[in-house]
Amino acid sequence: MQSFLRVVMMNKKRPKHLALHKIKLPLPGFVSILHRVSGLFLFLSLPLLLWMLYSSLRSIQTYTRLLDILHYPLSKLVMVALLWAFLHHFCAGIRYLALDLHMGSSLAQARSSSRWVIGVSLLLTVLLGGWLC
Amino acid sequence: MLNRIVTGAHYGLRDWLIQRITAVIMVIYTLVITGYLLLQPAIDYNAWTLLFSSNVVRTFTLLFLLCTFYHAWIGIRDIVMDYVKPAAVRLLLHVLVIITLLLYVIWSVQILWGM
Repeated sequence: MQSFLRVVMMNKKRPKHLALHKIKLPLPGFVSILHRVSGLFLFLSLPLLLWMLYSSLRSIQTYTRLLDILHYPLSKLVMVALLWAFLHHFCAGIRYLALDLHMGSSLAQARSSSRWVIGVSLLLTVLLGGWLC
Repeated sequence: MLNRIVTGAHYGLRDWLIQRITAVIMVIYTLVITGYLLLQPAIDYNAWTLLFSSNVVRTFTLLFLLCTFYHAWIGIRDIVMDYVKPAAVRLLLHVLVIITLLLYVIWSVQILWGM
């Protein structure tokens, strides 16, 4: 994807057609943009996550209050979204590490591993989310 | 081969490598901690704080958090470089992200050793 973009950018005579709604992203490209979105989401959630670690450790009062807050349906929704973002970023990241080692870089393998990343991260979100809620 | 106008000067490979090294450390920490927690019959406040009273756990948790912050810096910097064109806004965002992450480092130490 990146080398493809570089080729497009370097060849300045090619016409630009960046109508986003008309570009149909292949599955590996979809995993790539989700990797970016989930990473940004996790970065923006860092203060919340650090505050949760702080509250869970500070005292029994802050710990109990944190658990109370986490019992709200809205909190659970945020937690499940964060869990998915983490798991997707985690699985897609491992896929990129494998690709860096030239493992599974053929088109067919890259497509199938993209499918696995989406599937496994969703399945783990449901399993871990169900166990935690 | 390299287009220097696009890539800048030789920080790319180092950051590419750091991005991956920090990722591997975070994966190992996540698997170890998750495995440990899943094996516990029940996790209450006592079990949770006992875990984090260990200096080894504190140290590796801080290592994990430092890796997270450095990893996040490289990722966010790449996103800003891709989507934010005006140099002034880009610089401002970079500075804000760096300061925020440095504050998170201090906060992390306070959380882990000040409990």
